[in-house]
Order: sequence, then structure tokens, then C-alpha cells
Amino acid sequence: MSEKKELLYHSVRLETDFCKGCTTCMRYCPTQAIRVQNGKAKIIREKCIDCGECVRRCPYRAKKVLSDSFDALESYKHNVALVAPAFCGQFSKAVNIDVILTGLKHIGFDDVFEVARGAEVITEKTKEILASKNHDGPLISSACPAVVRLVAVRFPSLSENIIPLTSPMEVAAQMARKEAMEKTGLSDEEIGIFFISPCPAKVTAVKQPLALEKSAVSGVIAVKDVYMRLAHALQGVKEVEKLSVAGKDGIRWARSGGETEALGISNYIAVDGIHNVIKMLEELEDDKLNNIEFIEALACNSGCTGGPLNVENEFVANSRIRNLSENLVGKPIDYDGISLFWDKKVDYEPYSPLDPDINEAMRKMQLMEEIYNRLPQLDCGSCGSPNCREFAEDIVRGKAQERDCIFRLREKIEMLAKEITELSKMIDE
Amino acid sequence: MAENTVKLHYNVDPDDFTVAGEASGAVKKVLKQLGFSPDVIRRVAVAMYECEINMVIHAQGGHIDVEITPEKIRMIHTDQGPGIKDIDKAMQEGFSTADEKVRELGFGAGMGHPNMKRYTDDLKITTEIGKGTVVDMTVLVK
Repeated sequence: MSEKKELLYHSVRLETDFCKGCTTCMRYCPTQAIRVQNGKAKIIREKCIDCGECVRRCPYRAKKVLSDSFDALESYKHNVALVAPAFCGQFSKAVNIDVILTGLKHIGFDDVFEVARGAEVITEKTKEILASKNHDGPLISSACPAVVRLVAVRFPSLSENIIPLTSPMEVAAQMARKEAMEKTGLSDEEIGIFFISPCPAKVTAVKQPLALEKSAVSGVIAVKDVYMRLAHALQGVKEVEKLSVAGKDGIRWARSGGETEALGISNYIAVDGIHNVIKMLEELEDDKLNNIEFIEALACNSGCTGGPLNVENEFVANSRIRNLSENLVGKPIDYDGISLFWDKKVDYEPYSPLDPDINEAMRKMQLMEEIYNRLPQLDCGSCGSPNCREFAEDIVRGKAQERDCIFRLREKIEMLAKEITELSKMIDE
Repeated sequence: MAENTVKLHYNVDPDDFTVAGEASGAVKKVLKQLGFSPDVIRRVAVAMYECEINMVIHAQGGHIDVEITPEKIRMIHTDQGPGIKDIDKAMQEGFSTADEKVRELGFGAGMGHPNMKRYTDDLKITTEIGKGTVVDMTVLVK
């Protein structure tokens, strides 16, 4: 198990030189995966879910997302851009989706494929699963990889609730690959399928998929790295090709609530923002959502348009996408031979218990309570742990020391000073 | 063995639905840190939450003592509320004495006691009209 954890891939990284150790990322991290030690932030790999909250919050831009550069296209003979619905809301000048898709063919991609088409397939399959009624309790969408990872590390009893369907991105990648092979006659290895990503979680989902043996996507380029090139290129697009085929049902997956609206059901919850998602999953874990059929949970505020790698404000992007897709009707999609389900189950991979031996774990728990009760309980974060509880836990795990708390340190110094005064009095006598 | 028991104590405030569930949430976290299985954690969390919410609705709050050992988790909920008139009825699914105000909030579906029974291995209810109720539940670690 520990071997597996060491292999955990993360797309969110720290740019040490930029980090000032300010504790902002630590305070906002939804899974308490960050500590500040020796003046620098540190990510605890087993706890991180690559949601990108720290990337969004860091005032010094010290949190980076490791995605592929444009040069990666050179490794393939034929490159296809996988365009997520959220991407279509990034450009103020784009009067329709075809302009954006055509523009991508001007900046180095040989072809384009809309992820919204994959979304339409997943919508159809989800409808079938919901209608079959062979399931217990509310089902959770598997669309957001940060949420799937969150469940794996923190909500053990909910992994059965996640619909084991692969993501629209994976479906679209397979379809795009098949189409490209048919069109060009090239082999699998000669075709590059590049997802333009709004978030780090999708990068991780490609580099190390949780529920697939291997992703069908060749590489992931951040929206912000495509943005400037495309914004310039859009001005030069004279002849707009008719490339868009996706309908409104697929495109509105870009924003929170879109996936569910396409399902046409009423007993659902659509929750966005990772902190809200956690609150909702807690409720589900406590059996409080019995009459709910389906939960759409997206880690970013407003949905994928709120992804930290996007350029445009999410509310503006959502409004734009609504306008662009309002009258679009999707075409029937042939997904014969495309695999739509997970290859493997998502395992419960909790952050390790206090100790592998339960008796020892209990002893540490008691110690932890004692330490916690001595702490100021101000949750100031100065010690480098996100709050006093986590700090107490870090101490019993041997990863911090009580004197790291400035309040406890002050008490100790005061005591010491008193003792010195007492002693010096004895000398005078 | 006393040294192998983690003891936790929580006070449940009366009439405050916004904080109901805090104790069960905290216990859930502790059990995860101790490495209990997902099944055990879920059963404790659900049973405890149901009991906690009952204390808020019917009994003007109270307190909860939790004892965790490697073999079992025991939760003792004590209140000085009105007591339960008919325990057999309270155990029936759908039976509730919650008033309209509470039901409007989505509570009082009559699943509290049935759920407590369903998720625990041992359930003892001691109640005295006008004095209060003690709900003593145990989940065994199998």
C-alpha cells in the first residue's frame, strides 16, 4: 500500500522560489494537504486531490500545474484538439463555436473534436443506469476527477455510489482517435489526442487515471497556454469551417447543473465548489439524502468554467456558453466499440491512520486530545499546520513539535524567565 | 482495558438544528484516524446522527459519551427530555411524534429509532416519562 502511495502522481506542484510561506494555500486546502515548514509550503501527496484550490488562492503564483507544452504536438503526425465545453466560453470575440474550432486548426492542430459529444454519450448512459433502478441510494456523477479522488481518500463508504462511467473526455478521446485513424490511415501511435484542460485534476486523470488502466488522451495542455495563441489566431480566421456537431445537452456540462439538466430528472443535487462538495458528501455519508436520485458534484465554483487554468471569469464564461449553445441540437452519435465504463474499481486509499496497530493508534489519539486541549485553539496557522487539531495530529505523527506553536513557546519562555529571576534572587541572597 | 479506550464527550445544544450532527461528524473523523473500516464508520455515524437529532427535536439537547475500543464503539446519549411514551411504537418505521414545525424542516420521518436499530448491534433505551431518556448503542467491530 505504501508503495502505491509513493507512486501517486500529482499535477499540482510548488515553485519553491516563489513561495513566501504565507500559509494562504494551507488555510484554503479542502483536504488539509498542505503544511508550511521552514518557510515553504509542502504538499502531502497522499492527501492532495489535485483540485487546484491552492493554485487559485496563492497570492505569489507559487503553485503550478504540470501540464504538457505545445511542443508535445511534435511527437505525432496528426494532432487532434479535444475541446471541452468550458473552453468555448473563454473568448469574447467568438461569435460561434465553429470560429473557436477553426481557430484551433490555425495554431497547429490538424483536427478538433468536441468533448461535449462524449458528454452526450455519458448523458445517455447515465439515463439508462438511473432508469434501471438497480442501485442503492443516490448516485454520484464521476465526471469531476477531483471529486472521484476526494471520495477515494476521504469518503470510503461512498465509492459504491459513484457511477462507474468513464469521463466525457475519455469517451471523446476514443471517438476522436477512431475518427482520426479512419480519416488519415495513420496508426494509433502516430496520432496525438490533446485535451485542453481547465484544471489540474484532468491533467492527473490523464497521467494517472484512477479507474482506467490507461487514458486514451496523449497529452494535456492548459487553457491558459492555448489562450493567447488562439486569441490572436481568431482574428485571422477568414473562412469559418463547419466543425461543431455537439448539441446543447453536451455543451451545458461546462457549468454547474448542466450535466443534470441534460438528464431530465428532478430529484437531484448539483453542487459546485470543493468545500461545498465536501459538505454534501458528509450529508450523504450520514444517510441524509435518501430521496435524492443523482448528485452532480464539481470541484470548481460554477463548474468547469471555474477551473483554475481558465482565463475568463466563470460567470462571464457561463453566460457566453449559454448564448453560444442555446439553439444547438446534437446529432446521434455512434459509439460502437467505445468503452464507456471504468476498467477497475476505485479503491479506498485513506491517508494513513495514526498507527497501523489499532492499540497504538488509540494511544496516539488520547495523546492527541491532551495536546489539543493545551493548544490555544485559535487555528492561526503560524505553526505551519492548518489548525490546532491538525497540529496536534502532526505532533503525534512525529511531523511537528509542540514548540512550533508560538503561544506554547511564549508560555515556556515566560516560565523560563520566571525561573531565571527566582534563581538570580537566590544568588543575591 | 481502560488504557485501550478512547473516550469522547459532546454536549448537544437544544433547538439548534444548525449544529446537530456536529458530534457524529467529529466521531466519524476520529474513527477514520484510528483506521476503522468504512462499514463501521458509516454505521456509527448514521446511528449517532439519528440519536443526536432526536435530542435536538424532542429533548432540549443533552450529552453524548462515546467509548471506542478496538472491539466496539459504544455511544451513550443522555437527555433530560420528556421521555418516550411507547418504545414499541417509536421503533416502528414511519412513526413519529415530531410536531408540524419540525416536519416542515424535513425531520420527523419516523426513521430515527428503526435506523438506530438497523445500524447498531446493541440498542438499549431506558426512558422515564418527565425525566429523560438514555439511548445506549453499540457497534461491534467484526
